[in-house]
Amino acid sequence: MKKLASTLPNMIISLGVITIVASALLAWANGVTAEPIAAAEKQTRVDAIKDVLPAFDNDPLAKAQDVNVIVGGNPFIVYPAFEGDKFVGAAVEGYTLNGFSGEVKVMYGFDADGVVRGYQVLSHAETPGLGAKMNEWFRMEEGNRSVIDKDPATVNMTVAKDGGDIDAITAATISSRAFLSALCDCYKAFVTYKNDRNNE
Amino acid sequence: MNKLRIIYNGLVVENPTFVLLLGMCPTLGTTGSAMNGMSMGLATMGVLICSNIVISAIKSLVPDKVRIPAFIVVIATFVTLLQMMMQAYLPELNASLGLFIPLIVVNCIVLGRAEAFASRHSVIDSAFDGVGIGLGFTVALTLLGAVREILGTGCVFGAQVYPETYGSLVFVLAPGAFIALGFLVALFNYIRNRS
Repeated sequence: MKKLASTLPNMIISLGVITIVASALLAWANGVTAEPIAAAEKQTRVDAIKDVLPAFDNDPLAKAQDVNVIVGGNPFIVYPAFEGDKFVGAAVEGYTLNGFSGEVKVMYGFDADGVVRGYQVLSHAETPGLGAKMNEWFRMEEGNRSVIDKDPATVNMTVAKDGGDIDAITAATISSRAFLSALCDCYKAFVTYKNDRNNE
Repeated sequence: MNKLRIIYNGLVVENPTFVLLLGMCPTLGTTGSAMNGMSMGLATMGVLICSNIVISAIKSLVPDKVRIPAFIVVIATFVTLLQMMMQAYLPELNASLGLFIPLIVVNCIVLGRAEAFASRHSVIDSAFDGVGIGLGFTVALTLLGAVREILGTGCVFGAQVYPETYGSLVFVLAPGAFIALGFLVALFNYIRNRS
């Protein structure tokens, strides 16, 4: 078959047909995958919340929409968890832009007394092998690395270099500072949320 | 043209990474581990096969002057489809490959094969070319990922070979990617020239 000549109508029709077919295909795929994508994102969140909190039996995502606490101009999402009617704690999702390579998104779990029960680094772009260790480092038992089971109200959640009680990741002080400052902000969001709850 | 010959051509004679040195951005960016390298190779291969088939099928309906935008629309469509599928069904893999999936659109291997092969050959030959080049890319990325992973962290495909403390961090970072790639290219060409 001979190739179509490069006349204006030919070019318009050819490109037009290709783009229309392509967008129809994409629209169809978007419709098909929209639900699984939303479900997958929700599942990631639910898994993170389950991981950082003690046992609970409500759906923390159901209430989270209403609980957006502003700390220092940034929004933090609080996922409150209940067992029966008892408040067992809350997961706080927050972020900091002070990482070594920009944004670090984290989720911390606090029990009802404000003690850190767990954390998950949701996304980051820190240096592999250095700052990227943050998802493991701050759980380690050695020295003062762990932030787990510590109460930010009594423990100074800054790196030892800044006079705090937590050991920074070796050769990644900036990443450690970002991680801990996010922890402090999330804790403030948690306290704000808790006070609001008590006043209700 | 012999089908096996086309695959051999893509895998060895015109290996996109080791011989043509095309697509260096994902090659260096996603080969931090063997698994990531292989996934990226397979994703690119999927797009390459689909786009080669479609471009070869529509080649006589596309006027020469608008062939590049037409090819890019076809490639971008397949990449977007792939990305949506991955977000829906393989969210973890999607998170680890991140930005590099949409960047397949501008991977010069894909457009290069469209222009150099698919727009001149039959649909079946183009499909085989997609398989060959895709395999070449996948093998190269998996090898490079495995070399970097074993030297950097002491693992291959996540299985520990020796303790991580003896690993050399540089191979996990970008400079190690260049070093490892350089040695692999040299080795590949040495073997190719001798045989």
